[in-house]
Amino acid sequence: MSTKLVQQLDRVVIRFAGDSGDGMQLTGDRFTSETALLGNDLSTLPNFPAEIRAPQGTLPGVSSFQLHFADHSVLTPGDAPDVLVAMNPAALKANLSDLPRGATIIVNTDEFSKRNLSKVGYTISPLDDGSLESWHVHPVALTSIAVESLAAFTELSRKEKERAKNMFALGLLSWLYTRPTDGTEAFLKSKFADKPDILEANLTALRAGFNYGETTEDFSVSYEVAPATMDAGTYRNVTGNVALSLGLVAAAHRAGLPLFLGSYPITPASDILHTLAGLKRYGVATMQAEDEIAGVGAALGASFGGALGVTTTSGPGLALKAETIGLAVSLELPLVVCDIQRGGPSTGLPTKTEQADLLQALFGRNGESPVAVVAPSTPSDCFDIAVEAVRIATTYRTPVIVLSDGYLANGSEPWKLPKTSELPDITVEFATEPNGVDAKGAPVFHPYLRDPDTLARPWAIPGTPGLEHRVGGIEKADITGNISYDPDNHDHMTRLRQAKIDGIADTIAPLSVDDPTGDAEVLVLGWGSTYGPIAAAVRVARASGVKVAQAHLRHLNPFPANTGEVLRAYERVIVPEMNLGQLAMLLRAKYLVDVESHTSVRGLPFQSGELADVITAAVTSVSNEPLKESAT
Amino acid sequence: MTTELGMPLRSPDAHGTAGINSLTGTAGVPRLGDDVTLTKRDFTSDQEVRWCPGCGDYVILAAVQGFLPELGLKRENIVFVSGIGCSSRFPYYLDTYGMHSIHGRAPAIATGLASTRPDLSVWVITGDGDALSIGGNHLIHALRRNVNLKILLFNNEIYGLTKGQYSPTSHVGQVTKSSPLGSVDRPFNPVSLALGAEATFVARTMDSDRQHLTGVLRAAAEHRGSALVEIYQNCPIFNDGVFDVLKDRTEAAARILHLVDGEQVGAGENVVVRDDRGLLSFVPRAEADPTRIVVHDPGADDPSAAFALSRLDSPDLGHVPMGVFRDVQRPTYDDGLREQIAASRTGTVTDADIDALLAGRDTWTVGA
Ligand SMILES: Cc1ncc(C[n+]2csc(CCOP(=O)(O)OP(=O)(O)O)c2C)c(N)n1
Ligand code: SF4
Ligand SMILES: [Mg+2]
Repeated sequence: MSTKLVQQLDRVVIRFAGDSGDGMQLTGDRFTSETALLGNDLSTLPNFPAEIRAPQGTLPGVSSFQLHFADHSVLTPGDAPDVLVAMNPAALKANLSDLPRGATIIVNTDEFSKRNLSKVGYTISPLDDGSLESWHVHPVALTSIAVESLAAFTELSRKEKERAKNMFALGLLSWLYTRPTDGTEAFLKSKFADKPDILEANLTALRAGFNYGETTEDFSVSYEVAPATMDAGTYRNVTGNVALSLGLVAAAHRAGLPLFLGSYPITPASDILHTLAGLKRYGVATMQAEDEIAGVGAALGASFGGALGVTTTSGPGLALKAETIGLAVSLELPLVVCDIQRGGPSTGLPTKTEQADLLQALFGRNGESPVAVVAPSTPSDCFDIAVEAVRIATTYRTPVIVLSDGYLANGSEPWKLPKTSELPDITVEFATEPNGVDAKGAPVFHPYLRDPDTLARPWAIPGTPGLEHRVGGIEKADITGNISYDPDNHDHMTRLRQAKIDGIADTIAPLSVDDPTGDAEVLVLGWGSTYGPIAAAVRVARASGVKVAQAHLRHLNPFPANTGEVLRAYERVIVPEMNLGQLAMLLRAKYLVDVESHTSVRGLPFQSGELADVITAAVTSVSNEPLKESAT
Repeated sequence: MTTELGMPLRSPDAHGTAGINSLTGTAGVPRLGDDVTLTKRDFTSDQEVRWCPGCGDYVILAAVQGFLPELGLKRENIVFVSGIGCSSRFPYYLDTYGMHSIHGRAPAIATGLASTRPDLSVWVITGDGDALSIGGNHLIHALRRNVNLKILLFNNEIYGLTKGQYSPTSHVGQVTKSSPLGSVDRPFNPVSLALGAEATFVARTMDSDRQHLTGVLRAAAEHRGSALVEIYQNCPIFNDGVFDVLKDRTEAAARILHLVDGEQVGAGENVVVRDDRGLLSFVPRAEADPTRIVVHDPGADDPSAAFALSRLDSPDLGHVPMGVFRDVQRPTYDDGLREQIAASRTGTVTDADIDALLAGRDTWTVGA
């Protein structure tokens, strides 16, 4: 065995791509876990078709998983892969255009049959026609070597053996980037605990892949990426959907309320339902409702009874929930509505990301119907935003809409674990006593007598003697909550409900600006999942001497109190969004500042390189004319 | 003992299988002390009742207010949730906890409430439009899940609140504001629909017969699981008199099939017989083969027999079964959900438990 060269790298972007049935998501997940345990900072981006199994070997059936890891802090899954693992011709064809010249391609030659090539329109194999000359191609007969390594498993069919090819690939890549495989071995052992032969086959293929790398002539160099310097603490890797689920559980625990989730399955939100359904031991109740309306209705019913009512969905489901959210606005009860946005309108792009539900969240209901709206900026921030949503919902007795999206939901990053005891104290107090007197001086309960600070009404739950009362969607008289059609009362109540939501700004952190030189004239302002790409772009621009300030909104309604001041402090404000300029429209309307929109709705996160160019152009031309509305 | 309409009343202890081997509908709901009794007045709120004069909703309200004290439950542990419609104003007039929600969604809202609060007696008030049109989906799903809810469906065969359009229970040909040439929609039979969803308790009663109504409410309250009670309700403004033939003693005797556990099903001189194919028909009692006369069994496991009875309805109200069609014991959704949680729990959740949950299985530590 030859001793091979080991080369140090500071960062790598790998994309695993194959057919939907090839197990690329699992392979990516395992490689990510190994990388996290090694201490690299990282960010991931799964990308899969909406169809569970599109026809095998076709372009629509390609599923991929991209991972960016480094010895320094990582903000995005990377614009372009350094390495593409292509399990078939479709995976190669679908991903080649994203691959910069000079990148490495590890390709499974076994799948390059005439039939598979013609499925994706190759007449000659690209492996043979010289078209891949500008890349480093490693042709590996992944399937047949994996099958061969399993020769001893006589009881397994060839098909079953072929299925282990993703573990072989994982083994090979683990060798190539010097990742430990113990975690994956442990994972396989628990996954296939009751299928010993499948377990052994997978372990064998994994080790065979690792050994193949070590022995084959084809790979002469392996790589190391040193651990990143990260704050001291205990970390795990987490996706946005898992972080959001955990945040809801932790917040309910801190609030002292039972968590009730009413939900109807929809991509990319279903994983929250799955995660919470498995947490009964923490007192979490989940109901898979007959539709989105029932999901939010049941959650609101649970809130009426003193639970923390939560519903999770995506854009189409948010549309269905609108009327019930309006009822919650009128009832003034806590309710957390999580919209994991995807491409729209209608069914749109179920598995792709977009931020186009912002205006729906703010205004998609009848009447003046203000709700709080918050948005996480990274996968792990989904945890903090869930806690913040629960704080607002319970303190102000209001629906809160959380706008996550497909990119955050499925993407992952290392998360420094918080201490539960150090999370905000959001203990809730229910009303227990009458709070007024009637005309005769007898004690009565006024369900709409507000807390003077928060304007929240008392939360008096059934079972509390003496506080029996009725609530409903018909306009209520101030204080008593009795039905009222009085014009002045309606005007007053409408303004009160708005003032209550506006008042939330008093308890949220001011918008902070990152402007290291302190004299930038251009501000880039984003919201939600664009944080990573924007921050990476800002980093790129600053590295080339461009002065630019960055700020990011996590509260979309109300905005932090200083937002207008921040906007007005800059010559130009660029607002990148994965929609056609919804935040920009709100900012212009509210602050009369001529912010400039930069938008993209390709179902994919922004590329930081492209954003860096936009920023650089804006800064360079700052004294010249403003950017035209730009789109990609 | 018979009621005003001449319907035989069942004694309170003869309701199918309910309460025989398991919990009653109000198990777990705190009861008043032995020395305390509430009255109808205690359940009457201070809100002015705003239905039209003569509306059947008044008598239903009076019957419910009169019946609630009988439950012996603490008033604060009773909740009424309604949708939208004239009938759905009901909760405002009861001095319990209540929610007047949105059109058709009350069963869903009540499901969330009942699932999280076993200490509450939860009632749903709905109309024929509310329950069967916009809210049809929630109704059938609440029934199939068998959530411990008592659903009172006020059927006036019309949209009252929106001023008189035909509803999903209006008959074919009914002339209304929105069907000037007569409705061409075929109506639902709410009892058949509920039985099709395998509701565990299904009954029909009438606004004007307070005793029968109260008897049915009593049976529903005692039933653990979803109870659907269809109440024929007169809307004197937009659909006056549709149930009048059933309110006339002589007509009623010939038309109403009293469903009484263990008794033959019949009306007037006729009895219901079952043929070899299971189909039901009416024959004069004197001509009936005694072995074929249908004997009502609300506790029958299979809902088919109850369903067949529900199909005896005719649009002209020639034959109308009244009473409890079905009353069987099945595990309830809310009990099941709570049992899963209880069985999974290992004690009070501590901060340390949450810390462990957050950490998951794969963590690594970065030194200071
Ligand atoms: C979403 C929505 N659609 C329509 C309405 C209008 N609306 C109110 S009540 C009603 C029908 C009520 O009929 P029913 O349920 O039979 O009740 P009734 O008034 O007859 O008691 C309709 C269509 C509404 N309030 N909300
Ligand atoms: S419209 Fe009909 S149902 Fe409505 S209150 Fe008047 S009488 Fe009653
Ligand atoms: Mg009606």
